[in-house]
Amino acid sequence: MADDRSREGTETAVAEFHKKIKEAFEVFDHESNNTVDVEEEEPTGYIRFEKFLPVMTEVLLERRYRPIPEDILLRAFEVLDPAKCGFLSKEELIKYMTEEGEPFSQEEMEEMLSAAIDPESNSIHYKDYITMMVIDEN
Amino acid sequence: MGCGTSSSVKDKKSEKALKAALVIQNWYRRRSAQLKTRQRYALTIFQSIEYTDEQGQLQLSNFFSFMLENYTRVLEEDSELVTHLLGSNIQDKDRQDYLGLIDVPDSYCGPRLQFPVTFTDIDLLIEAFKQQQILHAYYVLEVLFETKKLLQQMPNFTHTKTSPSKEITICGDLHGKLDDLFLIYSKNGLPSVSNPYVFNGDFVDRGKNSMEILMILFVSFLVYPNDLHLNRGNHEDFMMNKRYGFTKEVLNKYKLKSVLMPPIPIDGDRATEKENKVGTTITARGIRRNGSLSEQLTKHEWEQVIDILWSDPRGKRGCYPNTSRGGGCYFGPDITSRILNKYQLKMLIRSHECKPEGYEICHDGKVITVFSASNYYEEGSNRGAYIRVSSGTPPRFFQYQMTRATCLRPLYQRVNAVESSAIRMLKERMISRKTDLIRVFQLQDCSKSGKLSVGQWAFSMENVLGLNLPWRSLSSRLVTTDKDGNIDYMSSFQDIHIQKPVKEVQSTLIETVYRYRSDLQIIFNVIDSDHSGLISMEEFRSMWKLFTSYYSVCIDDSQLDELAERMDLNKDGSIDFNELLKAFYVVHKFDKLNKSDTKVA
Repeated sequence: MADDRSREGTETAVAEFHKKIKEAFEVFDHESNNTVDVEEEEPTGYIRFEKFLPVMTEVLLERRYRPIPEDILLRAFEVLDPAKCGFLSKEELIKYMTEEGEPFSQEEMEEMLSAAIDPESNSIHYKDYITMMVIDEN
Repeated sequence: MGCGTSSSVKDKKSEKALKAALVIQNWYRRRSAQLKTRQRYALTIFQSIEYTDEQGQLQLSNFFSFMLENYTRVLEEDSELVTHLLGSNIQDKDRQDYLGLIDVPDSYCGPRLQFPVTFTDIDLLIEAFKQQQILHAYYVLEVLFETKKLLQQMPNFTHTKTSPSKEITICGDLHGKLDDLFLIYSKNGLPSVSNPYVFNGDFVDRGKNSMEILMILFVSFLVYPNDLHLNRGNHEDFMMNKRYGFTKEVLNKYKLKSVLMPPIPIDGDRATEKENKVGTTITARGIRRNGSLSEQLTKHEWEQVIDILWSDPRGKRGCYPNTSRGGGCYFGPDITSRILNKYQLKMLIRSHECKPEGYEICHDGKVITVFSASNYYEEGSNRGAYIRVSSGTPPRFFQYQMTRATCLRPLYQRVNAVESSAIRMLKERMISRKTDLIRVFQLQDCSKSGKLSVGQWAFSMENVLGLNLPWRSLSSRLVTTDKDGNIDYMSSFQDIHIQKPVKEVQSTLIETVYRYRSDLQIIFNVIDSDHSGLISMEEFRSMWKLFTSYYSVCIDDSQLDELAERMDLNKDGSIDFNELLKAFYVVHKFDKLNKSDTKVA
C-alpha cells in the first residue's frame, strides 16, 4: 500500500518534472521543431527534446546539480588565499581561473571580473562578492 | 628524501588549488547559465505579451468594421468619422493648402532643409537630432509630400544589383530607436550610390524617436532614391500607430491640431529583388495605382497584405495560421524551398521578429531574420544587427547593443533589470484578469484551502491569460509556495492592485476598463475627430454599448454612467476620456514611484 502510494507519488513527480522540462525547453526552441542549439559536445550543434528529456528528468529526480553551498564556495576562495588576506589580487584570480581546473574563456573572465572586482584596490574581496551573489540569487 | 616530501607537499597544494578553482568555476558557470535562462524567460514573457496584444489589435480592427456598420445607424451621420476610419481623409486637400497653413518663424533654430534635398541635408538632420532638436512641421510636411510623390512613381518591387565592391546593407525593425540608426550610419557609413541600404519596415512605434527616424530615412531616400530602399512593415499602419505610440509621439511633438498626417504609402512587399516571396502585386492603402486613385483595399487584398507583413517562419512543415499574433501564418521550410525555387531566388531576408542576437538563420540557411532595434523590450533584452550582402559571397553579420549607462554593468544586474520589468508586466496582466483567475482557481480548489498544486496553478494561468510561458519555472517569481510545494494562489494579488478611481465602483468594471484601456483609448481617439480630447456623453454611451456587445463584456451600462458622473468628467455633456482612462492604473505596493505605469496605450 505504502509502496503503491510512493510509486504513484514518484509518477506524479516525474510527470510534473516532464512538464517543467518541456516548458523550459520550449523557451529556447524558437523554431518550434523540438530542437535547441548547444554550444559544445554535440557534433550537430543542437540537441533534440527526445534525448534531452530522459537525461534531465533523471538529473531532477536525483537532485543532482544542487546549488553549491555558500560555505564551500568560501572555503574554495580561502584555499587560493593561503595568507588569509581576505582578498585576491586581480592577477591571482585571473591566473587561477584561466590556468587551473577547467579554464575560463576570456569572455567568462571579463564577465566575472566586472562583478567581482573592487575598482579602487583592483582586488577581489571574495567574502563580499559571495554575499552579494547569494543575495541576488534569492 | 627531503626533496620527495617537499614535492609531495607541493603536489597536494596544487591539487587543492585545482579543486578549489574547479569549485569556483563550476559555481560561476552554473550561475551564468541560470542568468542567461532568466534573461531568455524575460524575453519570452515580453514577446508573448506583445503577440497577444497584436491579436487584440487585429480584433480591434475587426471591431471598427463592426462599428462602422452599426455606429452610423445609431448617430445621425458622421461622414467625417467614416472617412477618418478609412484613412482616406487627405485626398481632397492640396499640398499648398497644408503648407499655406504653416509658417516657419525666424525664431526657429532647428534644422532648415533646402529642397530639393542633398546629402548635406542628411548630415544636417543627424546633427540636429543628436542635439534633440525637433524638425519644424513645415519641413516635415514638405518631406512627406515629396516622399509620397516619389513613392507613387515607383513600382512595388524593386530590383537592385550588387557586386563585391558594392555590397548592400539590410536593416530590420528600428521602432523609433534613433540611437540604433545613428550607430548603423556611423559604423556602416551613410547611404550613397556606393553604399546602398534596404530598411525592412517597422520604422515607427514603441521607441521615442519614430518621427526622427522617418525624417532621416525619407530624406535619405529623396537624396538616393535608387540606393535607399524602404519596405513596409506591419507597423506602417495607422491603426497600429494608434496603439503602439507613433500617433501619440506626433501629437506630443507637433501640437498643430488641424494638420493631419497623410497616410504613409510605401512599397507593398517586404523583401527586395533577391528575396521576394509572393508573386502578386499588392498596393498599400491610399497609394495611387497606375495613376488612378485606389479605393479601399478589397478584403482579399487586405488579407494578402497581412500575410506578407505578419507571417513568421517556423520549423514545422506546411502553412498554418499564426495563432500567437492572430494574423498571417507560420510557414515551414518546405514552403520556403518551394517558393524560392519557383521564382529562382536564393534567400529570404525578413524582419518582424525580435531575436536575442539581432539576427537568426533558419530553414537551412534560406531564411534570415534581421532585427535592428537593440534593447527592444527593455534595456539589456537583445542585440541589434544588420547584414551586408553581395552576390556570390555569403552574407556578413554585424551586431551591436546600445546600452548607455548599463554598458559596463555586470550581467547579473542587467538580467535583474530585464527580468523585473518582464515580471512587472506579467503581474499587471494577471491583475487585469483577477476575477477570471480567482474563479478558475476556486473551481479546482475543492477543499477551499486556498492552495493548488503547481500543475493546477500552471494550467489555470495558461488558460485564462492565453500566454504560452514556462509557468512552473516562473512560479517562484509570481506566487508563494509552501513547504509541501503547493501554491497559495491568492498571494500573487497581494502586492499589486488597480487603483480604484471611485470607491463604489465594482471590481469587474475596474478590471475591464483597465484590461481594455489601450483599445478604448484608440476607439475614443478615432471618434474624437477634432482631437479635442472630449466626446459627447451620447457618443460615449453608444460606443460603449457596441464595445460591450462585440467583446462580450457583461457590464451594466448604468455602472459606466455612474462612474463617469462620480468622477465628474462630465464637462457640459462631454466626457474627457483621457482623464477617465488615466484614472485606471496599477499600483505596485513595493514601488518607489507609484504612478510609473500609467501606460495608457
